[in-house]
Amino acid sequence: MALYSFLAALIPLNNYGHFIHWHWLYISYANFIVICLMVITFVAALLLPFPGHNRRKGNR
Amino acid sequence: MSSTEIERQWTTRLRHRAAGKLPPEKLLPDTQPSYVSSWIYVFGVATLASLILVIATGCILALRGPSWWHGSFIGHFVNSLHLWSVEVFFFAMVVHLWGKFFMGAWRGGRTATWMTGVVTFLASLMTAFTGYVSQSNFDSQWISTQAKDGINATGGGAYFNVLNMGQMLMWHIVLLPLVAVILTAVHVILVRMKGVVPPYDDAASATSAATTEGATK
Ligand code: HEM
Repeated sequence: MALYSFLAALIPLNNYGHFIHWHWLYISYANFIVICLMVITFVAALLLPFPGHNRRKGNR
Repeated sequence: MSSTEIERQWTTRLRHRAAGKLPPEKLLPDTQPSYVSSWIYVFGVATLASLILVIATGCILALRGPSWWHGSFIGHFVNSLHLWSVEVFFFAMVVHLWGKFFMGAWRGGRTATWMTGVVTFLASLMTAFTGYVSQSNFDSQWISTQAKDGINATGGGAYFNVLNMGQMLMWHIVLLPLVAVILTAVHVILVRMKGVVPPYDDAASATSAATTEGATK
């Protein structure tokens, strides 16, 4: 229970949500952050070298 | 029984067809083409792994019941594992589908792989939605009372009543997971049957991969 109150103090969820409102775009910060993280993960997946790549080069 | 009779049995014919379409070395191959050694190929399996966690934690929740998952520490923990596995599931699935979109992974006779993916995505959305309205808290009350107007406007409310707790729970824990799991199984088997799609530069082999067998090696 102590852990709960500690976490609840760190991340207060008992408020109104926060929203980005830019022209037609209306999205919560939470959803916006998740979409950004997915884009970052996608780009990282394309750019970061895959371990063991060299070992298997030319080994079709 | 004569050997021609044995050849005509449906079990024999079905086995020959299955073994022809998906021989064991295609189902569980030893090697993959070199372009598969990229992080982007990890997200299909990450989606699968999180789906397994979602189902496993969901089964534990079903075994113990609402008073346990609302009222005990370990119940809250398993409930949270269930929710966060769903978050990872959707996250990985979206990165997976972006990857497959930009690879054009429906090429070379892989339409069914793409389409089973699309339908699994829609079925997963419905599963998540019925899960949110099954929470039995203020959140689920808000979601269902908002959603009922939209669904009633389509005329679907008579068959799919979001205010009917029992119906929503059954959709969430029986019908939709069944659909999602069966579709996922078909999806992964199709990937194994067709082999991984070659990159655009290798488009010539993409066409030949569809016509000749054993393209995964
Ligand atoms: C439950 C959700 C899903 C699971 C568990 C899943 C799993 C997988 C796995 C394990 C693979 C092979 C490994 C890989 O290439 O990443 C794969 C391939 C593929 N997936 Fe999915 N997937 C899902 C959803 C989707 C969605 C939403 C789409 C697109 C609409 C999609 C399209 C594809 C395609 C086209 C391939 C074939 C790639 C190729 O032939 O190279 N999948 N999937």
